[in-house]
Amino acid sequence: MGIFYGVLGAALATLLAGIGSALGVAIAGQAAAGVVTEDPSKFSKVLILQLLPGTQGIYGLLVAFISLNKLGILSGAPVELSTTEGLVILGACLPIAIVGLISAIYQGKTAVASIGIVAKKPEQFGKSLLFPAMVETYAILALLISILSIVSFPL
Amino acid sequence: MADKAYTYAVARIRAKEINLLSDSDIEQLMACKNIESCMNFLHEKGWGNGTKEETIDEMLQTQSDNAWKEMDDLVPDKKVFSIFYINKEYHNLKTAIKQVCSEDETENAYYRGMKFSPEELKGFIEKKEFEVFDKKMATAAREATEALLHTQDGQLCDIIIDKACLESIYAAGEESHSEFIENYANDYVSVANIRMAVRCAKTGKSKEFMERTLVNCKGVDVNTLIGASTSVEEICNYLESTSYSDAIEYIKDSSSAFERWCDNRIMETLQKQKYNPFSEGPILAYVLARENEIKTVRIILTCKLNNLSEEFIRERVRKMYV
Repeated sequence: MGIFYGVLGAALATLLAGIGSALGVAIAGQAAAGVVTEDPSKFSKVLILQLLPGTQGIYGLLVAFISLNKLGILSGAPVELSTTEGLVILGACLPIAIVGLISAIYQGKTAVASIGIVAKKPEQFGKSLLFPAMVETYAILALLISILSIVSFPL
Repeated sequence: MADKAYTYAVARIRAKEINLLSDSDIEQLMACKNIESCMNFLHEKGWGNGTKEETIDEMLQTQSDNAWKEMDDLVPDKKVFSIFYINKEYHNLKTAIKQVCSEDETENAYYRGMKFSPEELKGFIEKKEFEVFDKKMATAAREATEALLHTQDGQLCDIIIDKACLESIYAAGEESHSEFIENYANDYVSVANIRMAVRCAKTGKSKEFMERTLVNCKGVDVNTLIGASTSVEEICNYLESTSYSDAIEYIKDSSSAFERWCDNRIMETLQKQKYNPFSEGPILAYVLARENEIKTVRIILTCKLNNLSEEFIRERVRKMYV
């Protein structure tokens, strides 16, 4: 049962953070497309803003990799795990899974607002990048705790 | 999730907003020496079709048509804009009733692109087929036609149609489930009520007359307003306790300053949408901003044509959206 919980944790990290990023990038992409329809020269600027909510998915993937590696699944020799140990790995994956999901959606919305800045005042691109980047902070904090918990837990 | 349906459209609107005339553009237009330099300035800003032969009316009409064409591209669901069509539909209805009753044939008194063409409207009224309209409009059309036929009183016809129009706008706002549209409808009707009350007070109309023109709404209490309409001062005293207290200085100033305040007040409600990245609000605000822009340019150009003083123009120029 332990190994099941461990793999479930890795799956959740990829799933939830990935869903969040997909939603975030999708909504920012719609706004980016709107701006490019009117002014194609702003393409590179809005593309960067669109990609910002994409990082949570990558963090989820990273945590899933580390977990699978820790569980020995990647090397083809799964570690013997008690239920408690499995649950610990599952719990360790939750921060990036949940924070990744929610922060990516909200970062997407902030990116939409920033794309509005680029549409009207392209010279303020640097500032507009900062607002969605602030949301990223909390995804990074969650990533940190997820990685620290998995790596430092002795198996 | 419904809010997100407009993300693409709002981003396009943001990019389009750059091309709206700002307050400083209007200053420049006012500073133009003659009508030719005004036209050149507007051509540079991309107004009209760019040819020299174009008349002022043609240019403004092209500009207005373009605005609505752009909206058709952006928002396929026309229902979103239905609230803006209400006063135009009623205007066309009123014109058609008057034309049928007076056998006048003026062509360009109608808004174009509405649900019924002028000929259709006149046909319905002649044959008294009012049931083709929605319930409120049908009742108003029947009443107004009969009133005009029996009394030949154009003003009576006007107030019946105008009241039904305001009631329809207010009801559309209430049913819209959109905070923006609801606030817009409430402001629109409240400002119309105040405007009506001030005019009635100035012309000494009776309470019964006012009861037939004012429409209940959240913004102002109609009964108090009617009670206060014995003099302009009384109305101002009442307005002090409402959110429309900024109207007072303009009411006291002059009629044109007050008319300008009415439009500016609606514009203030719209301007909040400049910072809203979602929902249909910014799109609707943009359409109204375009209409306001066309109206202001029309005022300036007409004044320039008639060689009126800058001060006279300034008193009538509306606040811009951007």
